[in-house]
Amino acid sequence: MILFWILAIALVLSAVFTVTQKSPVYSVVGLLANFVALAILYLTLNAEFVFVMQIVVYSGAVLVLFLFVIAMLSSGVGPFAEGPNRLPRIIGPALGVVAVGAAALVYTIARVPLQEPAPQASATLGQAGQAGVFGSVADFGAALFSTHLLPFEVTALILLVAVVGVVVLAGDAAPMPTRGRHAVRRAAREREPIAKVRR
Amino acid sequence: MTSLPVDISNYVGLSAVIFFIGVAGVLTRRNPLIVLMSIELMFNAANLALIAFSRFWQNNAGHIFAFLVITVAAAEAAIGLAIVVVAFRRAKNVDVDEVAGLHG
Repeated sequence: MILFWILAIALVLSAVFTVTQKSPVYSVVGLLANFVALAILYLTLNAEFVFVMQIVVYSGAVLVLFLFVIAMLSSGVGPFAEGPNRLPRIIGPALGVVAVGAAALVYTIARVPLQEPAPQASATLGQAGQAGVFGSVADFGAALFSTHLLPFEVTALILLVAVVGVVVLAGDAAPMPTRGRHAVRRAAREREPIAKVRR
Repeated sequence: MTSLPVDISNYVGLSAVIFFIGVAGVLTRRNPLIVLMSIELMFNAANLALIAFSRFWQNNAGHIFAFLVITVAAAEAAIGLAIVVVAFRRAKNVDVDEVAGLHG
């Protein structure tokens, strides 16, 4: 219980830090703290595999991607250093959004039942790390590869779309020369390099 | 360990607070990288609610859904960052208010 409140405070503080920092590098550090605290919170909720995935995918892959892009683009560039200065213009709609969200939140929390039910339990609770226990890696894997096989396949398709999209967007500007030797040579000459190398 | 350490409504409330911090970031920041990070915060808040409800009902469908959300978030981050790189390459300017190449 004390752990929950420590993690909750860490989560909120690191999220506020992420959103309010001027430099995106500091924001990445705040986001890292947020992700790690959230991963520990997942562990307290018996979600072992999601805990590992949170660390590996978010803290490992997504944040490093952010850092690479910051390193590529923001060395001494002005617009990246700008702070939160849109607030005066959007304060009305923002307050509306927050009010609707808060109302939905109060309604939701008021409707959450407080007794702990188990009519749809997919596995029993037990000590973490054992097979056949709710939230263990074995339990998750069995569900992922049997009952929920279609979402798993959809995941693969989503990643394929992401890979193709990123290559099309950020790859060479003219990847497909139309036809003929001259077109190929012109395309090679006009191709925009991914990173400019100063010689 | 058969009961939650704290009430489920605490988890839902925490999730909502983080979500709205993310919303505030998306609405107020002009730096596209920080806007993307705020979107990641919102994804994570949704995941926290999913995992908490999954634990509440002791049904691991919520874990599968969180897995799907993490995948979508990773794909979204990759494509969003690629768009930022392209916008920067074209205009040397990455203010989200001024990148309006697709504006009708």
